[in-house]
Amino acid sequence: MSAAVRTEHRPGIFQMLKIARYVVSDILRNRFILAYLLFLLVISMSFFNLESDPVKGMMSLLNIVLIVLPLVSIVFATIHLYNSYEFIELMLAQPLRRIDIILGEYFGVAISLCAAFCTGVGLPILLYDSSIHGATLLISGILLTLAFVSLAFLATVLSRDKSKGIGTALLLWFFSTILYDGIILMGMFAFSDYPLEKAVMFLAFLNPVDLTRIAMLLQLDTAALMGYTGALFQHFFGSALGVSLSFLAMLLWIFIPLWLAVLIFRKKDI
Amino acid sequence: MIQLDQVNKTFGKQQVLNGIGFECSSAQAVAIVGPNGSGKTTLIKSILGMVVPDSGTIRFQGISIGMDARYRNRIGYMPQIGRYPDHMKVGDLFAMMQDLRKGSGSAIDDELIEAFRLPGLYHKNMRTLSGGTRQKVSAALAFLFSPPVLILDEPTAGLDPLSAEILKDKIRIEKQRNRLFLITSHIMSDLDELATDVIYLSEGRVLFYKTLESLKAETGERRLGRAIAHVMEQLLSNG
Repeated sequence: MSAAVRTEHRPGIFQMLKIARYVVSDILRNRFILAYLLFLLVISMSFFNLESDPVKGMMSLLNIVLIVLPLVSIVFATIHLYNSYEFIELMLAQPLRRIDIILGEYFGVAISLCAAFCTGVGLPILLYDSSIHGATLLISGILLTLAFVSLAFLATVLSRDKSKGIGTALLLWFFSTILYDGIILMGMFAFSDYPLEKAVMFLAFLNPVDLTRIAMLLQLDTAALMGYTGALFQHFFGSALGVSLSFLAMLLWIFIPLWLAVLIFRKKDI
Repeated sequence: MIQLDQVNKTFGKQQVLNGIGFECSSAQAVAIVGPNGSGKTTLIKSILGMVVPDSGTIRFQGISIGMDARYRNRIGYMPQIGRYPDHMKVGDLFAMMQDLRKGSGSAIDDELIEAFRLPGLYHKNMRTLSGGTRQKVSAALAFLFSPPVLILDEPTAGLDPLSAEILKDKIRIEKQRNRLFLITSHIMSDLDELATDVIYLSEGRVLFYKTLESLKAETGERRLGRAIAHVMEQLLSNG
């Protein structure tokens, strides 16, 4: 009996990768991901062509990437997961563990989005500025994609209602890319008589978009020119420590929402 | 083979399963009947691990179903409404299911695929299939891995008469092979032909669990539908 059971047991990671493969092939059938790739390609090429200095091109590109990438990642992942309800239902009746199903979905979505980003932005970087800066932008973009896909999965498992889930996803994007900086600036303005440096630095850790911006600016050595938090980071940590700390914080931003999503999904009724 | 003990489940304020307990073993064909909303589908989904009960235990071959998914190697499931990824072709769906269950050591049984002439549809998208054809796909998938347990939720609803007969013949053949069947249906004549036992669910409780023979003998009725109506009248007048 136990021997028979053991031969049936296939390590979860293989099943998870199989599911991820089916998710990727499903996503590739959808033209959206190709449109995203082409958009990034056109934007990157034009910025590098417009600016004579590749660092300046990189800065402009960074600003676009910081807005577009979180939006596309979180909305695409949320819609994909809601539309995969049938697939997940089918998988749940099979001898597959729930954790492998949800992680298979996660890696399928994340790999597709990261591949589009790496091609769309990576190719122009290779052509125009294949330096450490380019590599940093690519790595930051991958981490930011993973973090927003994690947040999307959390938003999706929290609500059965598709419009509510997409609403939550959009709100998260709006908050982290636009609202958050505004709130910090207002706070700094209102309490400008107090020493707020450390508080502001701490607050930057609470937003993956800010983290990415800071890591990138520290690399480009223009931190002092580009905003208050960036300057503070450089002052307190120096470039190397600042980059490593923001990298660690990004890993937490990827891991924690995904972990919560897995916990909720394991108990969810389908 | 399957044992349930004090299984409870609430959705919001509604108690869908209320202290469900029963046991069934191989070579049985258990008909699960009851009015709409009596908890039949929730019960089936609990056994499959798709719905997580609030309390109580469900055992499969003596082992409590928990996070371990391997027991589902031994179950074939035909859902009430088969929903499949829209972009997937029929052939790809069968290939994917075989790929995912590869290494489970179960023999492939494609009798229904052939009987329903599904290979002729392999190039079609799942989205373009009619409801009945989808049901055929669901049925073929349920039997594909020769599982010892088959859970069929409204198997003949939506099938044309010929296909319904093909499916019922298949169920009869598999009954000879000592499979355990759990079947829900509102079509009493189908259950009359197929079932060995009847579980009657009402408001999430098991009102009775009898063999088909004893049910008919006790009520003096020859048809299952009449027999159930008879028992219900008795229960109502006593209760």
